[in-house]
Amino acid sequence: MSFDPKIVAICCRYCAYSAADLAGSMRLQYPDNLRIILVPCTGKTDLQYILTSMESGADGVMIAGCLEGNCHFEIGNFRARRRVERAKVLFERIGLGAERIEMYNLSAGMGTTFARIAGEFTERIRSLGPALGARPPEPGATTTLEERK
Amino acid sequence: MIIGEQKPIEQILEMIGDARRIVLAGCRGCVTVCSAGGEKEVGILASVLRLAREKAQNPIEIREVALERQCDPEYLEPLRPYLDEYDGVLSIACGAGVQFVAEHYKKNMVWPGLNTNFIGVTEKQGVWTERCQSCGDCVLHLTGGICPVTRCSKSLFNGPCGGSSDGKCEISKDVPCGWQLIYDRLEALGRLEMLEAVIPAKDWSTSRDGGPRKIIREDLAV
Repeated sequence: MSFDPKIVAICCRYCAYSAADLAGSMRLQYPDNLRIILVPCTGKTDLQYILTSMESGADGVMIAGCLEGNCHFEIGNFRARRRVERAKVLFERIGLGAERIEMYNLSAGMGTTFARIAGEFTERIRSLGPALGARPPEPGATTTLEERK
Repeated sequence: MIIGEQKPIEQILEMIGDARRIVLAGCRGCVTVCSAGGEKEVGILASVLRLAREKAQNPIEIREVALERQCDPEYLEPLRPYLDEYDGVLSIACGAGVQFVAEHYKKNMVWPGLNTNFIGVTEKQGVWTERCQSCGDCVLHLTGGICPVTRCSKSLFNGPCGGSSDGKCEISKDVPCGWQLIYDRLEALGRLEMLEAVIPAKDWSTSRDGGPRKIIREDLAV
């Protein structure tokens, strides 16, 4: 049985989220492995979002923001890219591999592109295999900050 | 504030070894402001450690806590009720905080998750620079509010030296000459005549001479 990866796609509402919507309207096929998270801007992406995704069972995380120079908040997508770079370094160091996270840039009108990158990233993660081996992570076994209780 | 940065994750993983249950203790003081050891960094580091150990098929349980401070005894007390249930404490406070945890909980392993770097300021978001070496005998009134101990690479008191060029220090084009900064500042203040006074040799006995330093305020001590 081939490995069916879980992928979290953090998508900006001004571009990638609309592009995913457009891909649907265009009846384009793309893998159903994606769990799309809507963010107001990819600049909202925090390293903790990425790590929590992986701890919750994701095998890969893609962040899709506006084309460079077209960010609704001017530099949000550049900020996201820097965070992705940091996550790549961390992923590499702890053995997950830098390939499990990627940043993409596209516009709201690029439904075809969204379907293509969704397919490419899913195939990449499928070829890498499960992020944490056969054993699924158990987020319930972890504790939260006491102050939050 | 005290500026620190997280140790490489490989080093942290090596330090904690095969510990199965640890407390990861952040500090809401200086290291929160420099984004190295606050509540947010506790969450991030805990996630990274869990993922790394899960990947290595050797899971770890981490209790996350962010203490108000780790350099005051009363704020260490919240650890006491449950610390015996864990293999140790990974503290991401400054070196003072890590040591204070170790002093208060003698039976528990304590590991430092940060390297403590310097006393400094936030120049802009994500950029921190050194301003004070805690020499114990401040001379900022003589030098226009710019510290020659910290900002001059040689800690000269009557600079600049011959290594000053175009306002930069000879050690690097990215490092301003401390004495150029002092000159510019005094010039802007209209107090250049202050440079004519020779500053005598500094008494370093207030610095790292004589071992760890101690301050006792009789009016406050109980």
